[in-house]
Amino acid sequence: MIIHHPTLGPRDSAEFVYLGDASLINRPDPTAETKAQDFHDYAYLRDNPAGPIRELWFHEGGDRSWLVVTRDTTTHEITAVEFARDVARKQGRSV
Amino acid sequence: MTQPTQKNRLQGGLIDRSEKFKFIFDGKDYFGHPGDTLASALLANNVRLMGRSFKYHRPRGPLTSGSEEPNAMVELRGGNRQEPNTRATTAELYDGLFANSQNRFPSLAFDAMAINDRFSNFLTAGFYYKTFMWPASFWEKIYEPIIRKAAGLGSLSMKADPDVYDKGFLHCDLLIIGAGPSGLIAALTAGRAGARVILADEDFRFGGRLNAETFAVNDGPAQDWIAETLDELRSLPNVRLMKRTTVIGAFDHGIYGAVERVSDHLKTPAPDKPRQVLWRIYTKQSILCAGATERSIAFENNDRPGIMLAGAMRAYANRWAATPAQRIAIFTNNDDGHRTAADMHAQGVEIAAVVDTRPNQPVNLDYEVISGAQVINSKGRLGLTFAELKLADGSSRTLECGALGVSGGWNPNVHLTCHQRGRPTWNEDLAAFVPGGTLPPGMSVAGAANGTLSTHGAFETGQKAANAALRALDLKTSRRKLPEAEDAPLNITPFWYVDGASRAWLDQQNDVTVKDVKLSHQEGFRSVEHLKRYTTLGMATDQGKTSNMGGLAIMAELAGKSIPEVGTTIFRPPYTPTAIGVLAGRMRGKEFHPTRLTPSHKWASEQGAVFVEVGNWMRAQWFPQPGETHWRQSVDREVLATRNSVGVCDVTTLGKVDVQGADAATFLNKIYCNGFAKLAVGKTRYGLMLREDGIAMDDGTAARMAEDHFVVTTTTANAVKVYQHMEFVRQCLFPDLDVQLISTTEAWAQYAVAGPNSRKLLQKIVDPEFDISNDGFPFMACGNITVCGGLRARLFRISFSGELAYEIALPTRYGDALIRKIMDAGAEFDVTAYGTEALGVMRIEKGHAAGNELNGTTTALNLGMGRMVSKAKDSIGSVLSEREGLNEADALMQVGIQPLDPTQKITAGGHLMNADGPVDAAHDQGYVTSAAYSPILERSIGLGFLKDGGNRKGEKMRLVSPVTNLTVEVEIVSAHFVDPEGERLRA
Amino acid sequence: MRYSGLKVIKEALTGHKGWTPAWRDPEPKPSYDFVIIGGGGHGLATAYYLSKIYGERSVAVIEKGWIGGGNVGRNTTIIRSNYLLDGNEPFYEFSLKLWEGLEQDFNYNAMISQRGIMNLIHSDAQRDAFIRRGNAMILNGADAELLDEDQIRAEYPFLNFNDARFPIKGGLAQRRGGTVRHDAVAWGYARGADSNGVDIIQNCEVTGFRIENGTCLGVETSKGFIGAGKVAACVAGSSGRLMAKAGMRLPIESHVLQAFVSEGLKPVLPGVITFGAGHFYVSQSDKGGLVFGGDLDGYNSYAQRGNLPVVEDVCEGGMAIMPMIGRARLLRMWGGIMDMSMDGSPIIDRTHIDGLYFNGGWCYGGFKATPASGYTYAHLLAKDEPHPTATAYRFDRFEKGRMIDEKGMGNQPNLH
Repeated sequence: MIIHHPTLGPRDSAEFVYLGDASLINRPDPTAETKAQDFHDYAYLRDNPAGPIRELWFHEGGDRSWLVVTRDTTTHEITAVEFARDVARKQGRSV
Repeated sequence: MTQPTQKNRLQGGLIDRSEKFKFIFDGKDYFGHPGDTLASALLANNVRLMGRSFKYHRPRGPLTSGSEEPNAMVELRGGNRQEPNTRATTAELYDGLFANSQNRFPSLAFDAMAINDRFSNFLTAGFYYKTFMWPASFWEKIYEPIIRKAAGLGSLSMKADPDVYDKGFLHCDLLIIGAGPSGLIAALTAGRAGARVILADEDFRFGGRLNAETFAVNDGPAQDWIAETLDELRSLPNVRLMKRTTVIGAFDHGIYGAVERVSDHLKTPAPDKPRQVLWRIYTKQSILCAGATERSIAFENNDRPGIMLAGAMRAYANRWAATPAQRIAIFTNNDDGHRTAADMHAQGVEIAAVVDTRPNQPVNLDYEVISGAQVINSKGRLGLTFAELKLADGSSRTLECGALGVSGGWNPNVHLTCHQRGRPTWNEDLAAFVPGGTLPPGMSVAGAANGTLSTHGAFETGQKAANAALRALDLKTSRRKLPEAEDAPLNITPFWYVDGASRAWLDQQNDVTVKDVKLSHQEGFRSVEHLKRYTTLGMATDQGKTSNMGGLAIMAELAGKSIPEVGTTIFRPPYTPTAIGVLAGRMRGKEFHPTRLTPSHKWASEQGAVFVEVGNWMRAQWFPQPGETHWRQSVDREVLATRNSVGVCDVTTLGKVDVQGADAATFLNKIYCNGFAKLAVGKTRYGLMLREDGIAMDDGTAARMAEDHFVVTTTTANAVKVYQHMEFVRQCLFPDLDVQLISTTEAWAQYAVAGPNSRKLLQKIVDPEFDISNDGFPFMACGNITVCGGLRARLFRISFSGELAYEIALPTRYGDALIRKIMDAGAEFDVTAYGTEALGVMRIEKGHAAGNELNGTTTALNLGMGRMVSKAKDSIGSVLSEREGLNEADALMQVGIQPLDPTQKITAGGHLMNADGPVDAAHDQGYVTSAAYSPILERSIGLGFLKDGGNRKGEKMRLVSPVTNLTVEVEIVSAHFVDPEGERLRA
Repeated sequence: MRYSGLKVIKEALTGHKGWTPAWRDPEPKPSYDFVIIGGGGHGLATAYYLSKIYGERSVAVIEKGWIGGGNVGRNTTIIRSNYLLDGNEPFYEFSLKLWEGLEQDFNYNAMISQRGIMNLIHSDAQRDAFIRRGNAMILNGADAELLDEDQIRAEYPFLNFNDARFPIKGGLAQRRGGTVRHDAVAWGYARGADSNGVDIIQNCEVTGFRIENGTCLGVETSKGFIGAGKVAACVAGSSGRLMAKAGMRLPIESHVLQAFVSEGLKPVLPGVITFGAGHFYVSQSDKGGLVFGGDLDGYNSYAQRGNLPVVEDVCEGGMAIMPMIGRARLLRMWGGIMDMSMDGSPIIDRTHIDGLYFNGGWCYGGFKATPASGYTYAHLLAKDEPHPTATAYRFDRFEKGRMIDEKGMGNQPNLH
């Protein structure tokens, strides 16, 4: 597969390491009352869609950025690639 | 030995008669010419029998003239280059070629296993699922060995493949697969427009089907047009021509795999040349111009040597000037069969008759055309002698002939269009599947591969596809006058099998007949996939290219459905079977994985160190000295020398991560379960890192070099994973923390200098302005220093061995010099280099966890560090580490284990059982993770995990290891065998 | 109809007219006591044991395509019970014992061949881990044998002992492990279940669940609504897709695993070999093809096909230990959808919806588990309590922190 890195252009997927669903960005609030359930759901449950999925890839053989790749799991077509850091910030994550 | 003449060699052809190649098949000498394949040369020498079938061991000759050949498979070459299952039809002849027939005993002409053919009635599809079940033990002992020995095709030499394989990467705008008329014109069109083009063809000669025909192009020989076209293509720097190159698969995002057979046409590869190259081709657009494959018609005994596809027969005559016999017949359901007759006749071969299933075919003045007739059977033990006909009026007739060309129509080679699970669609005019549905992105199809069978059509669709690709590439299109060529239709009336045929072959290699398909239907195996799996139809080395359609047609008829309703099986890569060697390339032997050497490697080699693989690293395991005959002697000496004076060990392989930024301490508080915010500058702290699921991930140290600068170390094994994880936490979870990370594992050479004399030794190296006395540089201190008169270095007072110890780091380029300097400076203390074994012994003596304990299932609690998980802050893993299953009262706890009898041995991997009671899984109390002989304690010791281990010190237990036949009585002790109070490391 | 050598001979002499379909092709009834979704190996085995052991007669298996078309039809055919952890080993040993009597039990020759499986050892730490595993196997009543380098050399002289990057230092053998003709497993179970009255309904896709007041009443299908006392999902790689229709998120990701077969060769390998320092395992089929595989492609996928880098990686592993296969040709590659769970171990459990049961998360170990998976799932369905060998395969183990993590990789499915 080829991943179009936002700054480095088309790169062979062999340069990347895969982690999984981009929902892993949404680490729950560790102080919430429901933290046990929240962290269980966060760590263990997946939508696992047959179709577009947003997922995390690490450019290990490159600039070491984590990317959020939107890819169809039935065709492998990639429709978007973003820096995970930007996605995380958009989702309100900070420090 | 007599030298047979090329009795069946015809005139003309694309062979070079000026040169003679001698070759040997089954021990007999023959001659052929450059341009021949093994099959064409054998046919020219009047050899039709080239192989035996898989199940019934029926005698077989070539069915085809290409890579789809199911029958004429040989063991090519000998010795360690023996290559089983090589298609004689594509094996290029070279001088001295050596081949043997395969899957026969004792000889091709007399094969004892042909007895199976006599019992074919018992060996129908799936018979083996219904028998051989009693008694149960007989399967492995009796039935299976017999079946296995009889099965299989060719044999491997069982010796390492001596040839080299390479891999390469190519990038282009347009990949054209197949260099027949459509591929050539497409390449010309796109090449002229300036596109970067790769034209790949599996054959050793460009031209595709034109090479096998007598067609004129622009009123001249097609070969002239091909030569002109190739001249122009060669003149274009943006076009790369790749013959002997099979595109094996269409993978995601425009990546194609292709295998170039660089040396298979030579006796041995030239020096420094690979046998084959696997190319990974990255392209924006592709055009599939792979042509079409002819199919047969099923009639009784339609598999005898001499019976072949009509197009193949024509190819042998026209391209290779060879005929399978002097008198031939044709059996066809379409116009293409007549072409073969005409061409063979023109070559002077006698035509017994053309048998056409269609009524009212035009009369030919040169030979007889029998309309509305069928070939219903054949005769000839090792080769065809007679064909039996059923005429239109129902009467019989016998034709004497040594070969029969059969044409049942043509199947477009749609394979690559299916590699991303596109499904072909049915074309009624051709009675064949053509590319359809969703093609791999960027792919289009032209020529016969797309169902356009005429030469004119190939030119037209080739140019059109090239222009479409150029438009997609934003390049200028052009429409030039196409070369003039024939445009004859196929005129096919589908005819799949002769009525009442039973032992009529569909899959010739796997011996699947019409009868088997009928039985499959009768027993309910009716879906295409069930048919395939039950009968093995289409599972031969041609993957159904020559067989699937016939089977489908019969199943459709039995099920009362149309062929497209019955469906088609999906084609999967590779397009043709591919040497495993070329897929591996050079990644074999010592080159299987990269080898990482430590900075002291050269020095250690000079000392005669024994090295061990640690991940990709090679580390010194121990340093044998003269007189030492057993590794334990070396290791014991290294341990004692270190504990008694000073030892040095290369620990560069530990992962190192530089963490810098105003929020560096905050960041470390996230990734380590214990606190780092309050760590003073100039101090180092042990850190335990958890995964988010609360399990220990890695441990190491973090040294605070400055307020905003930490140096983190990881274990050797987890260096890569931990760095990834740290970047994940930084970028994805806490994106606004002011912190930067960089892996510096390779940037610093690092040595552990350990033992009571380590300080004295280092004081000789560290520049005097740095105070490394116990007061000036106490246990867990760290700092930037200089050594040897100004070289910048880092010093950490940390200890894995439990001794007074330091780790000293210098930029990697000084690593070799530093070890030599240390050894020099330490001579007065008898400094001893120690390897990973001694390192391991000392850490077990000290009770430090390592890889065997950090095994991905253990928690901080298990490791005896439960209290380290800070509740005062959030860190990765802290929430899920609180789950009940990870905090049970009798949780596994790390303990020390020693045998009651000091002469006995602790075995890592042994399980702990109570002193009394049953020994089984239900009574398992824990297991031993690490074990070593402690030269200090003079006994075997171990670390392990024991249920409720914290409360069981002093308990006598049994260590059992049934897989190594051991039971040892042991005592549970503290994991800290040596210096439990830590006085030595603070000295 | 009972299959036997005698029957084959009789039919051969009488024109094979007496063979009847191996299973019927019924239309679905309005309702069943048990509806099993998924006509793969596990679903068919569940139906077989439900009818045979637990005496249930109102059972349907519904399959969206053709039976045996999932992972039971595409795998590397290996059976073994060489597991480490208490939650797993008794289950897989139960499975291996069922394999050992299966052919006589369901009267179908699935060519179960206990030719042994050998896990090669390449480092001291690996030997320690394999000793622990071998001991766990023996303590659980299975067989295991530790071999040193010389013994491996004697048994497998063709392995790379000359210039290996990761030298072979020994091996852990399970002699009772081996291979099975995979398609025949599906067919044997289907035929057995059918003869016990189970309706096997092909080309029938589940489009939804009918759930009222927290109870599952049946399934909506392409052939209409089918009522059920109990609905049993058993769809491996499609688990995520199917259970989403019941509003469930699972601790499972679907990944692609590729497998490979070479052209037929005369006997090369006696048993199964796994490479301990690379991604490669291999056996030889009775037909002569080398059947081999390696690691997952690594990304979520339902596409049933993989990519070139993993093909190369697997062949590199093969050449590293068996450099004599360089001139053998890879014939065919395929990709299956693996239901990779969060700890590498399966789930056989009730769901939070009454009447809806789940079996999945087999990672790439589902084939060898087929008999025990079917048996224990049937037990759960019939008795509403887990079979003694499958008590650990619960949904709530992640909440409770009782993961069954053989590889120690944590909640990252593509590493299991």
